Amino acid sequence: MIEASGLRKSYRTRRRGKVTVVEAVRGVDFSVQQGAIFGFLGPNGAGKSTTLQMLATLLRPDSGDATIAGADVRRDPGEVRKRIGFVAQTSGTYLNSTGRRDLILEAQMYGASRATAARLADRVIESFQLKDFVDRQIGTYSGGQRRRLDVALGVIHSPQVIFLDEPTAGLDPPSRARMWQEVRRLRDEGMTVFLTTHYLDEADTLCDRVSIIDRGRIVAEGTPSDLKREISGDVVSVDLAAPDTAGAPEPATVLEAAKVLAEQACVESCEIIEHTLRLYTDSAATAIPQIMRALSAKGIEPGAIETRRPSLDDVFLAKTGRTLAD
Amino acid sequence: MKHVRDTWLIFQYEAALQVRNPVGVAITLIQPITYLLLFTPFLKAVMDVPSYGSAFQVYVPSLFTATGVFNGFFAGFALLAAIRQGVVTRSRVTPVSRISLLLGRLFMHALLIEFQAIVVTVAAVAFGLRVRFGDLLLALVLLAMIVLLSASVGYALALLVPNEGSLGTLINSIAQPVALLAGVLIPLSVAPLWVRDVAYANPFAWGTNAMRSIFQGDPGADVVWQSFLITAVVATAAVILTSRLFNRELA
Ligand SMILES: Nc1ncnc2c1ncn2[C@@H]1O[C@H](COP(=O)(O)OP(=O)(O)O)[C@@H](O)[C@H]1O
Ligand SMILES: [Mg+2]
Repeated sequence: MIEASGLRKSYRTRRRGKVTVVEAVRGVDFSVQQGAIFGFLGPNGAGKSTTLQMLATLLRPDSGDATIAGADVRRDPGEVRKRIGFVAQTSGTYLNSTGRRDLILEAQMYGASRATAARLADRVIESFQLKDFVDRQIGTYSGGQRRRLDVALGVIHSPQVIFLDEPTAGLDPPSRARMWQEVRRLRDEGMTVFLTTHYLDEADTLCDRVSIIDRGRIVAEGTPSDLKREISGDVVSVDLAAPDTAGAPEPATVLEAAKVLAEQACVESCEIIEHTLRLYTDSAATAIPQIMRALSAKGIEPGAIETRRPSLDDVFLAKTGRTLAD
Repeated sequence: MKHVRDTWLIFQYEAALQVRNPVGVAITLIQPITYLLLFTPFLKAVMDVPSYGSAFQVYVPSLFTATGVFNGFFAGFALLAAIRQGVVTRSRVTPVSRISLLLGRLFMHALLIEFQAIVVTVAAVAFGLRVRFGDLLLALVLLAMIVLLSASVGYALALLVPNEGSLGTLINSIAQPVALLAGVLIPLSVAPLWVRDVAYANPFAWGTNAMRSIFQGDPGADVVWQSFLITAVVATAAVILTSRLFNRELA
């Protein structure tokens, strides 16, 4: 349904006469199956919005190609626009308009007559349950209501593909859960959903497939469970901040602990995140006693030890050496 | 056809929002009346004319051009607001005609300024201005064309300097000399010769002269058709160039 190959885009910015070039997207490839929820997971500044804008014909790629539902983004942008819906990272409505007025305008921009547009508006007002606030000024909506209107605007013409740029960023947990429900409903109605997110749990539980993007490049691609399976075994986190000494341990201590633990047979790899060591092991049950012994031989006392199954953050860490969690 | 239909769509949506904004409507009404009340007594004294009516005969047509030039140049702020609120992006991902996104908004500005001009005229008629209805319509058409030109320039400036602070300074430093050289504040007839030569290159100066002829009851004067022609050509060029600028990054 969506095919992209070698997409690139850099921005030129000029400040006090000096031109700086930011390579926002440095050659990304992906393909998205019809009827799937495809997630683009990456930290802020990774190039997610830029990629989305190229797919939605808002930005001309420097190089590379993309086709959406058979239409070529460069050669036939008009055709692409008819087949897609797009919800930008920031809402696209005037605060002093009303939801209904904008829904009707939106349908009319897709070519519907005034009467048809009013009917289409009624339909999404019903399915997204906007009735209680849709005739009020948009400036009075809550964050979750506003976002639901944004998505309703994006799908009012029943596109084949809907792009959602960070649909839940900044929403409170109930509104996020609500939005996930809406996104699943769109998928179940047969739409292909392409969303971006920097939330691990969103990528993990909502998306059928995930591409992890960092600094303009895709570093991993697959179903969330396949990606996590690549990281075998258990993750053991050792926090070296002792609870009684109230404060971070010496950096030298952290380095020493990392060195000695990395040498243990049961530890496949070890990453340092501030004063916590994240250890990738075959099995936590056998690794923890070894870890304890090795640390106490050096006179190091850990503050806390925790074990869990690998998450997408571990995948990100393994591919980039950094963590997404904050 | 699609361009016309889509331009109308954007125009009526944007215009309806303006009309629903009470503060905006109040400013639109008060601004020209203030000009009229403050400026005309000076003008009457300076021009040494017998009545307000004859002062208005000269001042109202130049006020038409002045509102057209200033409000048009400042129209870019509305575009920046629309861009910041994501409204432009949202419409750009739809198949709506590209030129309509620009033209619909330009017509919205033209409508607002026509509205101001009508308010001014009604007030001035109450104080003794005499103008034939047909002449007034002609002046309003010319004004609409002037606004298409000035608002295109205003939009282009906003796209080139997308920062409210610097944009204000830039517009002021451009609009003042342009208005002066259009003879809207002081008639060009009192200006030195070289200023008048420079003013020939200013399409708004032709507009002012044509407006004066129309209000003097002489719509058949050469300057009127010349001004229509010049404004039409320059406005078309400005709309095309601004549209290029507006759509430069799109696929
Ligand atoms: N209009 C722009 N001008 C200059 N740089 C930009 C622009 N938009 C984005 N960037 C830069 O490009 C990079 C990618 O940005 P973006 O695609 O917005 O990332 P994300 O959506 O993943 O947070 C960032 O470094 C950002 O600062
Ligand atoms: Mg983004």
